[in-house]
Amino acid sequence: MVKLIIDDRVVEVPEHTTILDAAASVGIKIPTLCYLRDLNEVGACRVCVVEVEGIDQLVAACNNYVLDGMIVHTNSRKARIARKANVEFLLSQHDSECTSCARSGNCSLQSLANDLGITDLPYPKHLEGFRSDPAFPLIRNNDKCIKCLRCIQICEKVQATGVWDLTSRASHASVNVAGGKELSQTDCALCGQCITHCPTGALRARDDTERVFDALEDQEKICLVQIAPAVRTSWGESLGLTHEEATVERLASALRAMGFDYVFDTNFSADLTIMEEGSELLERIKKASEPGGEDIKFPMFTSCCPGWIRYVKSHYPELLDQVSTSKSPQQMFGAVAKTYYAHALGVDPSKIFSVSIMPCVAKKAEAALPTMVGETGDPDVDVVLTVREVDRMIRASHIDAGALPEQELDQPLGVGTGAAVIFGATGGVMDAALRSAYFLATGENPDPDAFSGVRGLDGWKEKTFDLAGTPLRVAVAHGLGNALKLIEALRAGEVSYDFVEIMACPGGCVGGGGQPIHDGCELAGERGDVLWGLDAQAPIRFSHENPSVKLVYDDFFGHPLSERAEELLHTDHTAWSMPK
Amino acid sequence: MARLHVMERSHAQAVMDDLHDALGRRLAARSLAPCPVEFTAALVNLCATQSCGKCTPCRVGLRALSDLLEDVLENRATLETIDLIEKTANTIYLSSDCAIGYEAGSMALMAVRGFRDDFEHHVREHACGFAENERVPCVAGCPANVDIPGYISLVEAGRYTDAVRLIRKDNPLPIVCGRVCEHPCEMHCRRGIVDDPLNILALKRYATDHMEEDYRPWIAEKTGRRIAVIGGGPAGISCAYYLAIMGHDVTIFEQRKHLGGMLRYGIPSYRLPREDLDQEIQWILDCGIKVELEHAVDGAELERMRADFDAVYLAIGAHNDKKLGLPGEDAEGVVSAVQMLRAIGDGEMPDFSGERVVVIGGGNVAMDVARSSVRLGAEKVIIAYRRRICDMTAQDAEIAGAEAEGCQIMELNAPVRVETDEAGRVAGVVVQPQIIWAPGPSCRRRARAAHRVRPRDRGHRTGHRFRSVRGHGRAVQVGPRRDRFRRGRARIRGPVLGRRLPDRARDRHPRHQCRQGRCGEHRPIPRLRPSDPARGRAAARPVQGQAPVRPLRAQGARRRRAHR
Repeated sequence: MVKLIIDDRVVEVPEHTTILDAAASVGIKIPTLCYLRDLNEVGACRVCVVEVEGIDQLVAACNNYVLDGMIVHTNSRKARIARKANVEFLLSQHDSECTSCARSGNCSLQSLANDLGITDLPYPKHLEGFRSDPAFPLIRNNDKCIKCLRCIQICEKVQATGVWDLTSRASHASVNVAGGKELSQTDCALCGQCITHCPTGALRARDDTERVFDALEDQEKICLVQIAPAVRTSWGESLGLTHEEATVERLASALRAMGFDYVFDTNFSADLTIMEEGSELLERIKKASEPGGEDIKFPMFTSCCPGWIRYVKSHYPELLDQVSTSKSPQQMFGAVAKTYYAHALGVDPSKIFSVSIMPCVAKKAEAALPTMVGETGDPDVDVVLTVREVDRMIRASHIDAGALPEQELDQPLGVGTGAAVIFGATGGVMDAALRSAYFLATGENPDPDAFSGVRGLDGWKEKTFDLAGTPLRVAVAHGLGNALKLIEALRAGEVSYDFVEIMACPGGCVGGGGQPIHDGCELAGERGDVLWGLDAQAPIRFSHENPSVKLVYDDFFGHPLSERAEELLHTDHTAWSMPK
Repeated sequence: MARLHVMERSHAQAVMDDLHDALGRRLAARSLAPCPVEFTAALVNLCATQSCGKCTPCRVGLRALSDLLEDVLENRATLETIDLIEKTANTIYLSSDCAIGYEAGSMALMAVRGFRDDFEHHVREHACGFAENERVPCVAGCPANVDIPGYISLVEAGRYTDAVRLIRKDNPLPIVCGRVCEHPCEMHCRRGIVDDPLNILALKRYATDHMEEDYRPWIAEKTGRRIAVIGGGPAGISCAYYLAIMGHDVTIFEQRKHLGGMLRYGIPSYRLPREDLDQEIQWILDCGIKVELEHAVDGAELERMRADFDAVYLAIGAHNDKKLGLPGEDAEGVVSAVQMLRAIGDGEMPDFSGERVVVIGGGNVAMDVARSSVRLGAEKVIIAYRRRICDMTAQDAEIAGAEAEGCQIMELNAPVRVETDEAGRVAGVVVQPQIIWAPGPSCRRRARAAHRVRPRDRGHRTGHRFRSVRGHGRAVQVGPRRDRFRRGRARIRGPVLGRRLPDRARDRHPRHQCRQGRCGEHRPIPRLRPSDPARGRAAARPVQGQAPVRPLRAQGARRRRAHR
């Protein structure tokens, strides 16, 4: 143990504790800006500088360990002046037009400047003037970048992609696309982790809310909206609602108040996905054991995460034929809405305006893929909104969501099972698929918690389950860095699996890049628990028991992997290309 | 991974290296008189180029600082801007992550504090008020501000007498200075920006050696004012000269047998031949200056003089020796350099025949003493120095001369105590091996004791903690003066007159020059400071008008050029 004095208080902490943590242990909060635990401890911003007696210069609290007998002053005159001046420095290169910034009110730089009482900017402004393509789902505005380097770190260390880098040098150092490419020309998975880890408004997702408002105004349009599983864990966060208040039923109420004609649930199509993907897996396993099936390679990878699809296409294109051809739940829903449901309503599909609310940025790109269109060439999903956008729409419509009653979602596409709702958490797709695969293979339902070994936040989980006498080796990875490790181990022959679930974002969709932002907090675990809780309480916990799924198969598709199902619910991942 | 690889230097790297070298030469041959604000702005901008771009104070702060300095230069600033500059520099110093940032902040802070008056002048007057506005670098570098380009042109034209006249306008000791001047002018020589500085010293000597004819200065009408100059060294002689040609009645009071001060009692005759010195002094005395030799002036007499004379000039020099504080330094046979050289100056040659002499120190005086000892018949002369030879403040030619004459230099050996025999006479000097260490406040690398001698190293490398230097004859300690800050030093290369080449590259490398800008504080007290004639000349000026009776101190008023 190390004993030291911080702001006249005796503190005792283990060795190798940072000054920041030591101070926090006695309730002294040293301000930080660039710091992200375990990820960005480079001490770039110099906001956490403190005075240590005996050292003339200040010391960064975030990346210096305590020493025995140290006397630290976190808020001495020297520290205060330097801290404030450093924030003033950053503001001299920051577009402080907070009123028109997506992060206003949720910006670490803004709160820090306010907290430090910065009311005048003493230094001349130098803005870089760089803004990336506003049509791309991920947008960078370097006039707001403070060069904290977090986006570089998360992209490189967590997502193994390395889109961002420091470009230019010295006083003109800038963060931008590595190698000077256009962002759309990179292998960016569009996971959006750089957005949710950006302390300012330098990175944001494209805002599509106006298109939705326009459609809602259009009397000709029938506006449908689907709500992704993970959205129900988080949509109330920025509206001041608790998890208990912010239910999907209350969101449905808000969306109806906004003008949506039908509010549906992506859970429905998640169950549909399980039917298709589970059947595809069993078909593969069956074919592999038949003559001529030697060429069928394992594992089969899940396909519901568009970030993962973008990653595998650009990093491991040779694995593409092992990725399930099933569309993601969003796109299955879009296809069903503009075919089966349009028919059921007796309207032309072009009258239907299909919106999805997703915790995701890559979904915006997925919905725009040339393969995700109906017969007329119109996209199956017209607009994808992130959770942040839908929250903005609720605020812009001055809807007091907390005061609204809960309302049931619409039938039949608003019905989902416990197996579907867990799609939003890592391991959930695997868990749900195994439940139905077990049923399809044995004709009996397993214990719905029989596959709980794939749950949890470990980056790379593996289990072997018995499926009607056949051992099924499965693995689950979340975060593309973990996906990379898993794939490299597969390629090296160190591991072998039959079925692998991969989610691009850490924790799965609950940690998605379209989720509300809480600087410095990783909420995937907490939000995931909400989903696992919903599953546990669900009256139906098997996808194959979803009455709406049964209905669409009986009325429309026939059976999983039928010709119509293949046409509408499956896709060709090779029919479009990622930039080289 | 290849174990071997050939390191290739790209074209851009080569260009960068060349530009760095050129910049180094430019800085080494720097003018001391740029606008302080503009210089600070350039410095800050240069520092900013070295930032890695990671931490805020270095990446953004230096640029913000540059903007503010530009505001001062462009007359947009207020006095508050200067405070903001100071705060900004201080934040960069306090909170940068590494030396690239915090040293830049520290330099900027030193500049804004040290140049505060100049910054304020810019803000108030919208102009640079820096007094040191000489635009000729070598003249700016010469403490006497001799018109160096002028006399070089006259030498080139073959008008040697005119060249000497021009020199004497500012410095009445051209013969002496042509031989032993420390020539700081050469450090500022613009030719050094191209390759190497001119050998200005030798050009001056050439002029004095080749005068077509002697001449006498024009002397003003008698003013009837009487002035006492106490001390007959270079400052006193110079002061007396300028006062005399102004028409005053000047008397020099000299404590010793001869005039010349340190020129005679500090510099050995092999460096400054006595006949040259005598010739120079006599030429000055011929202007009608009275001299009282062996006339020491005490406090009571000074008071009387202040009443008797219209003005009194004190040019008393620094002739006291300072003890090193070593145990045994009072032993018989231990002499100070001042003592020894003074005796030689008076023609009382000590006899070192068959003796072993240890000289402690590494400055010019140490070399003078060592080389004089050789001439006085010493059997062996050892120079013990605590730093490295390359850290010595002696001129290269002096060090080389000492070695060539057989003196042994023991570098990195600090004296610890003087050992004596039963009779109490010096028997040797115990020295402590040193290792070189980080630069100290004087900007030179310090040495510290090589304490950590591991047992297995004992007896084969450093051997013992202390080492004894037998010197059963004498130990001469060169203690009175602080080591001097190195100025540009060079030697004559081949037959090309007028060009100098540095014999140690580090001399002119900016890294080895005073990094702290404190060279003004660390000026040595050399035997002939090029500034002495200047000070004497300057002292003569006010006498012209009102004859102040205030004694002027030659040694005390240090001109702090770097800090203004």
